[in-house]
Amino acid sequence: MADLAIAPAREAAPESTAQLRHARMLSVGARCALPVALLLGIGFLAPLVAIFGYAFATPRSFDVFTSFTLANFATLFDTTNTVWLSFFWSCGLALLTVAILAVIAYPIAYGLNLVFGRWSALISVFFVFPLFVSENVRLYGWVLFFIKNGVLDGTLKWLGLSGGPEVLYTPGITLFGMVYTYLPFMLFPMTLGLALVPRDLVDAARDLGAGRLFIWREIELPLAMPGILIGMLLTFVLAIGATAEAKILGGQSIIVISHDIEIAFTYSQNWPLGSALAVLVTFFIGALTLFALSKLDLDRMLGRR
Amino acid sequence: MGHRRTNAAIWTWTLFVLVAIYLPIVCGALASFNKSRYFGFPIKTYSTEWWQKTLDSIEIGMIVKTSISIALLVTVFSVVIATFGALAFARYEWKGRRFYQKLILLPIFFPQPVLGLAMLLGFNAVGIQTSWMTAVFAHMIWIVPVVTLVIAIQVYGFDPSLEEAAYDLGCSRTQVFREVTLPLLWPGIWSGMLFAFLLSWSNFPLSLYTTGADSTIPEWLYAKMVAGYTPMVPALGTMATLGAAGLLLAGGLIGLLLRRRAAA
Repeated sequence: MADLAIAPAREAAPESTAQLRHARMLSVGARCALPVALLLGIGFLAPLVAIFGYAFATPRSFDVFTSFTLANFATLFDTTNTVWLSFFWSCGLALLTVAILAVIAYPIAYGLNLVFGRWSALISVFFVFPLFVSENVRLYGWVLFFIKNGVLDGTLKWLGLSGGPEVLYTPGITLFGMVYTYLPFMLFPMTLGLALVPRDLVDAARDLGAGRLFIWREIELPLAMPGILIGMLLTFVLAIGATAEAKILGGQSIIVISHDIEIAFTYSQNWPLGSALAVLVTFFIGALTLFALSKLDLDRMLGRR
Repeated sequence: MGHRRTNAAIWTWTLFVLVAIYLPIVCGALASFNKSRYFGFPIKTYSTEWWQKTLDSIEIGMIVKTSISIALLVTVFSVVIATFGALAFARYEWKGRRFYQKLILLPIFFPQPVLGLAMLLGFNAVGIQTSWMTAVFAHMIWIVPVVTLVIAIQVYGFDPSLEEAAYDLGCSRTQVFREVTLPLLWPGIWSGMLFAFLLSWSNFPLSLYTTGADSTIPEWLYAKMVAGYTPMVPALGTMATLGAAGLLLAGGLIGLLLRRRAAA
């Protein structure tokens, strides 16, 4: 009788300490997140609130939070406003950038996972390093390459040919610049995604006689999709916000949407209008990002299998 | 046979893309050694004159100092915040973790020119005068999330039972953190520090709006590219690139040592 009474108590004891530790873990996790949450609250959300406030302020004024008008949005939604052209340019260029980068990066991501072996760490470093060089410097390097009497033109003339094509200051070169700048942002999520594909599954399919195309379409692509989607989303969003490519390489032959926002803030000194535009862009990007992120399991992607 | 041919094609393609990635950097380096003021290729006379001028310039000296100060402060603050952020991201199971994981990605997915402008508005709304110190804060908004992810990858590979064992042996929480958690996370923290410094060093869009009257290297380069090109532009650009490469090389070697020690 006595034994029976004690036995359940003994069993309960370790469980309750485990529970206690678990309860403490909850609070530790939240406490660890606190500094980041505070930083982003002050530095990321608060400025968005400020932009939101400005978007409803009297045009060409600085009366934030003291005036309320929809005039800025009315100006933007006016069909004669050129911001829509900018918006379509930005979206179109961003979509093309994503499509081109997916094709360029896929073989490299595959190689980093399965072909390069011990070289893949070094090759990854070579792909990361350009991120640590200001995009201005890299894009200006392309100007020096493509410009009249530049590296390409000069080399072709030296070889006795008629010289290089005039590609600078066109929409095409802007697209080229975006593809160039955002390659790492497609490549690395894609590489993480392809790492999620279990190799024995592919081997099993091959042993059962599946063709290469079939394996790629039915196994590799669907299983690597989370990573590929993050890469696509990231490059799309960054390309929507890109300005340097259109300014440095494109020579302002087209005006992209972020450039319109900048113009409103700088040359035309119309902060409320610029803010209204920024609010629209933020909503567009925010909705897209939140939708895509809600579908992803980050623990699985980044290492907790 | 077909397999080998595919692998060769992948190698060729990757090397081709790498060459294309480094081509503009090489073009910049070439232009910086051009003696005449305007660029023409093939270069007629090479000289180190513009490098010397860049090194002697007092204005550039100040700009470099500003860039280094910002990057150093960003590194210190970001790594401390992001280490805890990474533990919350990957180590502990807590309510709201999934939401937090997504929240932290938002600044990375946000266009930086717009973020910079938003921060300028924010500073303006609360009456803070922008200077290089506000740029430190602005850089952190973007760099802390990146560094958190970098360290989180290390945290995922870490065995929580080691911490549990230390608790069971009677260690206090600070002791466990200092003696167990931190040494195991060092390689990740080190990579995070390198990322923080180098991303701040090369950042342009956030600096543009938040440095006020001060100027960083990428800002100065952009201003001169738009108006007033001299070979000092590619010269300083190449120096900044070489500086980053040197730091990455030194940091990478130290990181390898750290990893080896963590594994031992």
